[in-house]
Amino acid sequence: MLKLSWHTISGHLILILGAIFMTAPVWVAFMSSTHSAETLFREGLQAWPGGHFFENYNEVLFVEGGVMKRVTASMMLWNSLLLGLGFAIGKVVISTLAAYAIVYFRFRLAAPLFWVIFMTLLLPLEVRIIPSYEVVAGMGLLDTHTGLILPLIASATGTFYFRQFYKSVPEELLEAARLDGANAWQFFIDILVPISKTMIAAILIIMFVVGWNQYLWPLIMTTNEDNYTLVIGIKQIYQVLSEGGELPQFQKAYALTILATLPPVIVVLVFQSWFVKGLVESEK
Amino acid sequence: MKRVQFSHSPIPYLFIAPQIIIICIFFLWPAAQAIYQSFLLEDAFGLSSQFVWFKNYKDTILTDAWLQSAGFTLVFSFLVTFLSLALAMLLAVKANEVIQGARTYKTMLMWAYAIAPPVAGLMGNLMFNPLIGDLYYFLNAMGWDFNHKLDSFDAGFVVVLIAVWKQVSVNFIFFLSGLQGIPKSVLEAATIDCKSNLRRFWTMTFPLLAPTTFFLVVINITYAFFETFGIIDTTTGGAPGGSTSTLVYKVFTDGFRGNDLGGSSAQSVVLMVMVLALTVIQFRFIERKVHY
Repeated sequence: MLKLSWHTISGHLILILGAIFMTAPVWVAFMSSTHSAETLFREGLQAWPGGHFFENYNEVLFVEGGVMKRVTASMMLWNSLLLGLGFAIGKVVISTLAAYAIVYFRFRLAAPLFWVIFMTLLLPLEVRIIPSYEVVAGMGLLDTHTGLILPLIASATGTFYFRQFYKSVPEELLEAARLDGANAWQFFIDILVPISKTMIAAILIIMFVVGWNQYLWPLIMTTNEDNYTLVIGIKQIYQVLSEGGELPQFQKAYALTILATLPPVIVVLVFQSWFVKGLVESEK
Repeated sequence: MKRVQFSHSPIPYLFIAPQIIIICIFFLWPAAQAIYQSFLLEDAFGLSSQFVWFKNYKDTILTDAWLQSAGFTLVFSFLVTFLSLALAMLLAVKANEVIQGARTYKTMLMWAYAIAPPVAGLMGNLMFNPLIGDLYYFLNAMGWDFNHKLDSFDAGFVVVLIAVWKQVSVNFIFFLSGLQGIPKSVLEAATIDCKSNLRRFWTMTFPLLAPTTFFLVVINITYAFFETFGIIDTTTGGAPGGSTSTLVYKVFTDGFRGNDLGGSSAQSVVLMVMVLALTVIQFRFIERKVHY
């Protein structure tokens, strides 16, 4: 028999209110993006779908010369995807390798190099943003994907995450591999990488979301509109949309925010358990 | 360190090299530059520079604008940290208790993690837009003469609300994982010993969550300092009159818009010191926590 106590009911009530608080803004943004500019201007934000879904999204995604001169949301989507994937993959590659060296090798500079890596955890990119810009500009890497991604992967969160995991790998594995005559590279690629598959997947998911959502660095780094990611592009477009002389095109601004939100949200929802694992364990 | 290891050879250096090279070029060098530039005074065209010791610090840190920004950052960080932690803890405790619909609740409460702060800022900005924003109408209809473009309290309210909204999901995930780490047998024993839900929360759940909470306080302060840049840039832009400009936002506006390289670097160095202090406190506490 279902027994409903006051405590259970109040618990559900709090959770429902919390869920509304966390989802309503995005719901309203999505619904408003399916209406016409006139409707939004006359009646304010919309809570239910309207009839302009295809029209609005088609326009921001593919029509050139609309909101900005040449840039379409599909181009920015592509740039965001490159940043998210490049950041995630780059981070996994350099941090698995570095963690492998730290855990499995004895070498003279191990301690100082470990401290150098550790130091990067202490200072976020934001506090050295202007000299970083100068370094990248000096190397001629402004407006390139390399210049965008490399400074972002300089921090060592991934390295510590894999270091923690490698330490928990049984020692017998290396002994056995050595008896079979495996060298350092073979042990890494044939044994260590396959057994850390789920760890790698978890960190890839987290880092994809983090990379996709980068704002300050891409904003400073990118001068050419062709290289805009969605997250930095929408602010520029929002200004154009709302300050134009004609009817403000809020529905397009909303369509763009939804497009910027959708890919990372899908990744998080589809891989929810891996994502939670990656987040909780990489931060510790 | 593993007991069984490969013996030393050039190989480990090859493995660790990519990370170390990237750190040297894009971390150590810029950080050193920031410190160096904070002692330099450049002329308006960036042609010559002069070593001026602590003049930049004196000229930027001891100004009303910086102190105002520091004050706002402090209040802002406190409010964001406290409110988002309290809200997330309440929701996590409830989500851990309920049986029906637990999965749905959890998903709905954690998915906002995926939304970028500037995107959250834009959504919020549209909500408070005087032309179409329902919240703008609602607050004015409630008798609050709300105008975040002119009133610094209202602007602060908007920024804090959006920053809290964005951070609840991260805190929720960590609290939930902390709660799930408490063994079921402990929970059952506590339920038998103590009938009052509220007392059980304060005497058992809250202390057991203390390590998670402390860890999250540091994460949240760092978030309020740095990651809220996107929210501020897309909502108030520091307006009105710099009253909602955090220290990081000020580094950006002074350095890039105002072209004051020395002053901006001096501010960066002060920020570095603040973050380092925070980390030291964190490690001190974590070491103590291990023995509890």
